[in-house]
Amino acid sequence: MELNQLTIHELQEKIKAGETTSTEIVQAVFRRIDAVEKDVHAYILLTREMALEGAARADEEIKKGNIKTLTGIPIALKDLLCTKGVTTTCASHILHNYVPPYDATVVEKLRDAGAVFTGKTNMDEFAMGSSTETSYFGITKNPWDLERIPGGSSGGSAAAVVADECIAAIGSDTGGSIRQPAALCGVVGMKPTYGRVSRYGLVAFASSLDQIGPFTKDVEDCAIMMNILAGYDPRESTSVPADVPDYRQFLSRGIGGWKVGIPKEYFIEGIDAEVKDAIQQTIKVIEGMGAKCIEVSLPHTEYCLAVYYIIAPAEASSNLARYDGVKYGFRSLDGRDLMEMYKKSRSAGFGAEVKRRIMLGTYVLSSGYYDAYYKKASQVRALIKQDFDEAFKQCDVLLTPTTPTPAFKIGEKTDDPLQMYLSDIFTISTNLAGIPGMVVPCGFTRAGLPVGVQFLAGHFEEGKLIQIAAAYEKNANLGKRRPKL
Amino acid sequence: MEYDPVIGLEIHAQLLTDSKIFCGCSTKFGASPNTLTCQICLGMPGVLPVLNKKVVEYTIKMGLATHCRINAECSFARKNYFYPDLPKGYQISQYAYPLAEQGYVDLELEEGRKRIGITRIHMEEDAGKLMHDEHNPSSYIDLNRTGVPLIEIVSEPDIRSAEEASAYLRRLHEILVYLGICDGNMEEGSFRCDANVSIRPKGQEAFGTRAELKNMNSFRNVQRALEYEIKRQQYILEGGGEVVQETRLWDDTGGVTHSMRSKEEAHDYRYFPDPDLVAVAISREWVEEIHKGLPELPLEKRERFIRDYQIPAYDAGVLTTSRALADYYEEVVKLSGQPKVASNWIMGDILRFINEEKRDITACPVTPQALADMIRLIEEGTISGKIAKEVIEEMYKTGKPAKAIIEEKGLVQITDEGALAQVVTEVMAANPNQLAQYRGGKDKLFGFFVGQVMKATQGKANPQLINDLLKKMLAG
Amino acid sequence: MKIQKDEVTHVAHLARLEFTEAETEKFTAQLNNILIYMDMLNRADTTGVEPMTHAIAQKNAFREDLVKESLSREATLANAPDARGDFFRVPKVIE
Repeated sequence: MELNQLTIHELQEKIKAGETTSTEIVQAVFRRIDAVEKDVHAYILLTREMALEGAARADEEIKKGNIKTLTGIPIALKDLLCTKGVTTTCASHILHNYVPPYDATVVEKLRDAGAVFTGKTNMDEFAMGSSTETSYFGITKNPWDLERIPGGSSGGSAAAVVADECIAAIGSDTGGSIRQPAALCGVVGMKPTYGRVSRYGLVAFASSLDQIGPFTKDVEDCAIMMNILAGYDPRESTSVPADVPDYRQFLSRGIGGWKVGIPKEYFIEGIDAEVKDAIQQTIKVIEGMGAKCIEVSLPHTEYCLAVYYIIAPAEASSNLARYDGVKYGFRSLDGRDLMEMYKKSRSAGFGAEVKRRIMLGTYVLSSGYYDAYYKKASQVRALIKQDFDEAFKQCDVLLTPTTPTPAFKIGEKTDDPLQMYLSDIFTISTNLAGIPGMVVPCGFTRAGLPVGVQFLAGHFEEGKLIQIAAAYEKNANLGKRRPKL
Repeated sequence: MEYDPVIGLEIHAQLLTDSKIFCGCSTKFGASPNTLTCQICLGMPGVLPVLNKKVVEYTIKMGLATHCRINAECSFARKNYFYPDLPKGYQISQYAYPLAEQGYVDLELEEGRKRIGITRIHMEEDAGKLMHDEHNPSSYIDLNRTGVPLIEIVSEPDIRSAEEASAYLRRLHEILVYLGICDGNMEEGSFRCDANVSIRPKGQEAFGTRAELKNMNSFRNVQRALEYEIKRQQYILEGGGEVVQETRLWDDTGGVTHSMRSKEEAHDYRYFPDPDLVAVAISREWVEEIHKGLPELPLEKRERFIRDYQIPAYDAGVLTTSRALADYYEEVVKLSGQPKVASNWIMGDILRFINEEKRDITACPVTPQALADMIRLIEEGTISGKIAKEVIEEMYKTGKPAKAIIEEKGLVQITDEGALAQVVTEVMAANPNQLAQYRGGKDKLFGFFVGQVMKATQGKANPQLINDLLKKMLAG
Repeated sequence: MKIQKDEVTHVAHLARLEFTEAETEKFTAQLNNILIYMDMLNRADTTGVEPMTHAIAQKNAFREDLVKESLSREATLANAPDARGDFFRVPKVIE
């Protein structure tokens, strides 16, 4: 096994035992990147020099015996996390040359834990999309089939992890942007509870829905990453001052006696037969571990997409108003006066999908429509949250499919925005309710495409997610497959 | 046809916190451009606001001082519009749930008291400064001011004249300064005023169409602008026309208001609750605590001065123009026991000295103790009131106490009857003509003799004694 | 609720975006598709339901009134597309 194919916990062992160095690990990762990145295009920016410098420093620390959780481990960052002195583009033309003067809180935390950064990964522009096809810097391919999309918006991070182009990666999730690519790429992805991980330094898409989370190769790595990422941050007003447990303690507990809820509204027409099969298999494994799967109802599920596609674009239209060509980013030189400068900069700087969402968001907030759309959506959002509160009274966690289909072909669905939106249907409710969700691989289609199962839990119950995910991972016997690149 | 004006005023006051409302940058005025900014107030990607607690405290203070209801909960909203001095493309303000509502202030007008309602007071952030280049089609932006905390105070349309508007402005101004939460400097922009003006035929209940007035950057300009606008609207209505609802800018040099007829006219601010900020819950305990810590406000202080010290309203007005001055006065009263005398010396002399040098009362070389001591010396008869006028000037110049100055300059009042009688005799002898005329009936010459005695004694003679002696001795 | 083309143009102006005729047509159609889908929200009974503005309801996230160091002017202007001396420069508004 190559070093870049190992997990964080496996590398931690080797580092502690003196069997390898950070420099060796980073070099292995970059050898892999050099080999496959031209096909996968998971990254917008590679920070090879900085990574090697970081590795050298890490090796110094290791020699002194100062080994922190991630000392010397190469991690990739989605390119909407602010990294001081390193361009942060959000995969947009309008920020193509933007260099932040500060680090995001999670970047600081990862640095403090000793991590080394390999680069900034590709994504849908401003996190708006579910296929990474809207990036200004080109498409990321699914490592399992280069003609297919890796999912989005954190497609680059998911692809980089499964292609072993990094050991773990960070993404963001507003409507499924960690979980859906995790499922389509066959890696573990976690969207924490809203307020669990600091948003300071995460370029905002929809402020009340955005969360940062890890992509990892297995559940243990996810627990390790969550230990570092989670925690109260006084720089974010919506950060929640709840204690952070050691998530690793949940890895070896079983789920005997657990009640696992299966929301009937999530098992609908239109789910691909093979995806359905894989999920049914998963349910069998779960029941085989001593848990009882019961049917629950989330009656307001049918409104989730509508609520999401009113609230998210509304918040986004406001969050993206700052991209006006005045203080940073792209400015069109064609504008003869201020109004033209604004319009030309923004129209040329943003891609079509971003503009569509800004238009929708501006519309729903504009006078005359606020009550009918935004306010109404906010009310229904409360009902959606209530559904989950009720469901969690009856069960420990919920189990759902993550996507209705395996990864689709590049360009297949971009023309019809409604079809694209439907691919978000299982993940959006989680963000609306603010609850945590985790995806683990649960099988492959006959064509060799990954399928992921999603677990949902109540607020701040990431531990439960890790508990069931770890137990499932151990018992699923899925075998170790790697994409053929 | 007679018309009545209907005026509502919107005041924006910068709060005197050390740091900005949502970030730790300093709020200092006059710093070099773009040096008091950080990623947060610059609206860079990924930043988040965190509320400065002092802003809430100061806003509650103003709400209490204006008898508002302090809402148990309030929250922030985004006001969305594009302008180069607004980095985020939205201003964080309060819309549906402001901090304070339904208060009032009482104005002391010539006709008597008038109550003006205050609709609401809310918190928001200031924008940057845009400067226009005259010589080329560019504007320059200094973002130091973005994020400085503001409170917006909206009045009910209860104001009925430009004079009332002035009085209302002054009342709010003195309250803000008294509370120590705003320095009230209109020229520097820490205290700004916009107005809504309409007129209606006398007796009509319905309001007329209103115009919004902006760009009035001094108390005087507010009054001038309102007076002009009322006349302008009157002229229109009298000519059979209709007033257009619009925003008008006051032109200081031309003395007129101009319509801001631009495409930006109808703003759709698309207000919605700011998802990056959580609600502010204000407990009754917190309000009580702040209430206890409120200083006595100017109106109450004036009433108390008039009542307890028996001084005229005019004196009370002057002595309460600042908290520091009022405190100075009360200290003098406490130490001298003479409210009216203290008032006279402060209003007549002390204020004259410090105003000439543009000093604040807190930097006055004459301490309240020193002034009180001087007053006591007059009361005891050690010096006359006339001499005291010299003494106090010397006290101000040197900072020395009255006693020292009197001794140095030998200004002790002459009260020895015998000595004075001697002087009177000498004066009478030196002026036989006037004496004869006086005795012959020219009473007016009494003053002449007083003057002569004063001259002979270098003003140190006790005036009362002189009076008595002269009366006796001139009569012969 | 159906969006008309002139409304789309007005919304574009509010958002400081400009589109070609063809784009405006396409947008109008696409926005209408989504909005029709949205009208189903009206079927939900929300009588007496408080709008949910935050996933987790919290109150009073404050900071103390302490001054922190600002960015240097260089850092502030570093990303500016057009910085002149100490300032950001923009084309003037034409009234």
